[in-house]
Amino acid sequence: MAAPEPEAPSAAPTRAKDKSPWNWLLFIPIVLPLIPAFFNGDSPRVLGFPRFYWLQLAYILVGVATTTLVYQMTKKRGGR
Amino acid sequence: MWQDHLTEIIVFTALFLLVSAMGFVAARWRAPKDMAHLDEWGLGGRNFGGWITWFLVGGDLYTAYTFVAVPALVFGAGAMGFFAVPYTIVIYPLVFLVLCRLWSVSHRHGFVTPADFVRSRFDSPVLALLVAITGIVATMPYIALQLVGIEAVLKTMGVTGESTLARHLPIIVAFAILAAYTYQSGLRAPALIAFVKDTLIYVVILVAVLWLPYKLGGWGDIFAAADAKFDASPNPNDGILLNANNQLQYVTLAFGSALALFLYPHSLTGVLASRNRDVIKRNMSALPAYSLLLGLIALLGFMAIAAGVAPLPGATEGSADSNTIVPVLFDQEFPDWFAGVAYAAIGIGALVPAAIMSIAAANLFTRNIYKEYLRRDATPAQEANVSKITSLVVKVGAVACIVFLDPQFSIDLQLIGGVIILQTLPAVALGLYTRWFHRGALIAGWAAGMGLGMWMLYQVSSPTRKHFGGSAFPLEKFGFDTPRTIYVGIVAVLVNLAVAALLTLVLRAAKVRDGGDRTAPDDYFADEGDARVTPGERSDAGAAPEPVA
Repeated sequence: MAAPEPEAPSAAPTRAKDKSPWNWLLFIPIVLPLIPAFFNGDSPRVLGFPRFYWLQLAYILVGVATTTLVYQMTKKRGGR
Repeated sequence: MWQDHLTEIIVFTALFLLVSAMGFVAARWRAPKDMAHLDEWGLGGRNFGGWITWFLVGGDLYTAYTFVAVPALVFGAGAMGFFAVPYTIVIYPLVFLVLCRLWSVSHRHGFVTPADFVRSRFDSPVLALLVAITGIVATMPYIALQLVGIEAVLKTMGVTGESTLARHLPIIVAFAILAAYTYQSGLRAPALIAFVKDTLIYVVILVAVLWLPYKLGGWGDIFAAADAKFDASPNPNDGILLNANNQLQYVTLAFGSALALFLYPHSLTGVLASRNRDVIKRNMSALPAYSLLLGLIALLGFMAIAAGVAPLPGATEGSADSNTIVPVLFDQEFPDWFAGVAYAAIGIGALVPAAIMSIAAANLFTRNIYKEYLRRDATPAQEANVSKITSLVVKVGAVACIVFLDPQFSIDLQLIGGVIILQTLPAVALGLYTRWFHRGALIAGWAAGMGLGMWMLYQVSSPTRKHFGGSAFPLEKFGFDTPRTIYVGIVAVLVNLAVAALLTLVLRAAKVRDGGDRTAPDDYFADEGDARVTPGERSDAGAAPEPVA
């Protein structure tokens, strides 16, 4: 079953799985932008932008923050 | 009339020639010992780091057509066109883990295309062929659409003549240059040019979103002008906010497009060319910078309304080419030299994705049709050669589409492309997680999703067209008593999944033989630095084990 080359056996166990409870956080930026009830409105306005526009642009930051956090928390120990 | 645009034309041409030269020089950039291998020509040596991947994938996903068509959609329909923002937010967390698995398994087995993966995972040349053909068919019109992006710019500069040949000559020349340097340098050419393209785009857009609102009286005035325009229009579904009837369409279109984007072979090309899993994960956090850019670009549509831009006339009498609104806005509001820079950004922006797409389509043909069916013992050098020639053929085809067919036809095909590429989701994306599906069931699911998707698209009418009028399917055609619409692709892929799942149960119960699985569980976690050679015994009898990196 396993790959025939047994190289770098010591590193294998730590990097062999990418399961982590942190990954569940990724659902936030997937679900949040798909709920129009939150962003489909005009007020409050920010810098003249209706909520529809500034809130969806702000979700980009939510996405970046989440993927960065998950990456940092699941990175293999002693990462580069 | 082109004399009025002389400065713009000079700036545009100078920048265009600069990147063309870069395209040819790119062959020597990070030069390999031997370019005659698909991993070198088609994947740039599989060794791109974080920055190059960022520019390459960003330059690939956010195409010239996007930059032209998204503001055009916002200009015409308002809030609905903003779906591009949630679409490009959702995609990165969605594929964060999926692409890492694909990278690992491809790295271990030397896969170049998604169909290569399907071939091994499900032990099914037929399913792989379907995935490959779906990919090629979906990608071709996408390349043609890049030409629509360049054409919008050329039209605004007045360099397009009246006769068919005069109208298309500049594009034919541009594509001939593109074809020549892609042939020579492979994926290295778009990777290098992407630096210039994206720098230009970022500069242009930052200037536009700071300068134009200042000139047009601020964001409040811009939104007020847009609101006034949509209030006056007879269309019930436009406006600066969504209404009760198009929210479902907005959400399903954003989600469906996100699912589709990374199934396109050209997006996977950029991912497979990266050096390791870390590069991919870091890019999932960094690529949304482009989403912010895209959101700002979308708002150019509203600025065009506030500035009173009128689109240039279209190909047929009395029609308007809404794709010209951004170039016209720049022409109207910017000094000539800066408009020239902006046009170059769009024009070059078309070349990067067009090159990557043609490479991806060529790789699919080479690996999954040529090598599978025509010449099983092809050497890596022959593979690279076939890919190079196919990339030329693909570009000639794309130019022919634009010259001989109504551009509307390419837009229709692109619409269909998004729906059909989604039908490879169960085999490619779910296949990365589970081998549960029966290969026969996947084929049946693909056929069902394809058939339903086509039928639904055919049923969609628009004010100007009876069929293929868009991707918003009215639910009342399914017998529901509602004016709501839904994105065709989502319905088609759900049916595809349901058929694949049910038939898997049936085929298992009937004990119909399924193929094997040539991948091992730990293939999906392999990273840079681990064993790099394709295991000989388990791969195709005809294929020699070959180094991957």
